[in-house]
Amino acid sequence: MQPLTQEKLTQTSLAALLAEYPLLESVLLEQGIEFDPAEEVTLAAKLAQWSALRNRSAADFLDQLLARINELNGLLASTASLEQLEIIAGRDKSGQPEQVERICLQRGDLLTIVGPTGSGKSRLLADIEWLATGDTPSGRMILVDGHPSEDRRFSTGGDQLIAQLSQTMSFVLDATVEELLSLHVESRGMAASVVAETIAAANELSGEPFAGATALTSLSGGQTRALMVADTALVCRSPIVLIDEIENAGIDRRAAFNLLLSQDKIVLSATHDPLLALLAPRRLCMRHGAMHALRQRTIEEEAILADLEKLDDIHAAIRHQLRHGGQAAPIDLENFRRNTP
Amino acid sequence: MRLITVAGPPSSGKTSVLIKTLEAVAADGVKAGVIKFDCLFTDDDALYQAAGIPVQKGLSGVLCPDHYFVSNIDRVLEWSAKRQLAMTVIESAGLCNRCSPHIKGALAVCVIDNVSGLNTPKKIGPMLKLADAVVITKGDIVSQAEREVFAYRVQSVAPRARIIQINGRTGQGSQALARMFIDAPELQDSSETLRLRFPMPAALCSYCLGETRVGPEYQIGQFRKLSID
Repeated sequence: MQPLTQEKLTQTSLAALLAEYPLLESVLLEQGIEFDPAEEVTLAAKLAQWSALRNRSAADFLDQLLARINELNGLLASTASLEQLEIIAGRDKSGQPEQVERICLQRGDLLTIVGPTGSGKSRLLADIEWLATGDTPSGRMILVDGHPSEDRRFSTGGDQLIAQLSQTMSFVLDATVEELLSLHVESRGMAASVVAETIAAANELSGEPFAGATALTSLSGGQTRALMVADTALVCRSPIVLIDEIENAGIDRRAAFNLLLSQDKIVLSATHDPLLALLAPRRLCMRHGAMHALRQRTIEEEAILADLEKLDDIHAAIRHQLRHGGQAAPIDLENFRRNTP
Repeated sequence: MRLITVAGPPSSGKTSVLIKTLEAVAADGVKAGVIKFDCLFTDDDALYQAAGIPVQKGLSGVLCPDHYFVSNIDRVLEWSAKRQLAMTVIESAGLCNRCSPHIKGALAVCVIDNVSGLNTPKKIGPMLKLADAVVITKGDIVSQAEREVFAYRVQSVAPRARIIQINGRTGQGSQALARMFIDAPELQDSSETLRLRFPMPAALCSYCLGETRVGPEYQIGQFRKLSID
């Protein structure tokens, strides 16, 4: 957005100013200045009427207005800074202290969270989203760069710490992929070229390409997840991404994580999917509402991960054959197991 | 006594948000009640009752809902005094988008939802633009991109407002609103000195008095004609 100048403010029509600087409307309303947004009048003329009625100086008011709008525009374009996220233990469902006392995550770290339904995965993600300061049922503390950060709970434009991806989310806007991405890119103050980059990245993940002109509501489940991941990675400025079970998405999951991590995000993913769980060098095991154990991925597990990825590839290949009207070829199990030690 | 106005389009989640928020307020030991203003029908009072929150409802019926609301503020204050409430929340639905129930010296909240469309923040007038806090609901069912664009649009039209994302189903985020409620200033004025933040829409014409005939010869009072291209 162009910074607003005195010249522009006095010479452009009110309708054009409002279209370009939506902040103006509320600043005028605060002063009790009524106007018809479609009226072809300059702000200066409007203010002259107003100042005559109220006996106040229009010039002073214009100066204040200018400063305020530029200040607010700056605020909207700000970005969140964060180097490190810490989770400090609270208590389990029975009020007993958690076994894992502290987890520290840096930019580019991936942590997966596993455990049966009801073990507290979603509660943990909710605590992080809330930047808990011991004020949630778990009593956990979430520290940003070593400090409790309840003052950062409130989103002010670009300054949001946390982005989310979950199975329940969908696109509801009646618009094309390109239209939504353009709006998102604009709201984050980024270059328009990011739109095409994001679509290309999403197509890499889904394997079922879509164009910018595709309507959001006609995307398949896999395409929808792929677009959400690509958008979160490339357009969202939030340094933390919380993922709640996106396993059945039909997208390349390793590539999805890699895309997020390539942007130096801290990614936490709650999952029941063994492949996703093992993709992370560290995984957190939940039990009875508590952080029960923090496990490093072992050498054996790395080999199992390779097997799982191979299984996943076979699964995808058979799906592809069937969907395209072919007959599935027999699986060469010997060949498939060759990576195991 | 703290007076709080909560407004927003129908079905945006005002009642769900308020029930979760007032539960947290009550847990802090503050006695709060709700007056629900609506046009034709509401059964939200039953929901408040079930949650153990003192409630009174007011239906505007044939009257302009905005004017009905403002002419009953004195009754709201009487009711809260009678019930010895430390906090009274006025929940108003059925106001037109030009209107704003917000009062100087009383915390003003607007509730809107992510599903209502990206242009909604621009369409809602002073009810949103002059609010101290804007609650955005239904964030759990839309994409992160839509959430961010929506929040950005809200912040652009209501730059002074604190935006709070609340999930009306789980109550996630309502703790923050409860904090704002508890920290809200005590009402300094009596009903004689209270002032609206923004004037109500003008309404003085033959249709206000029950005219049903449509033709121009029956239109007496304040009118403005559509300009046709």
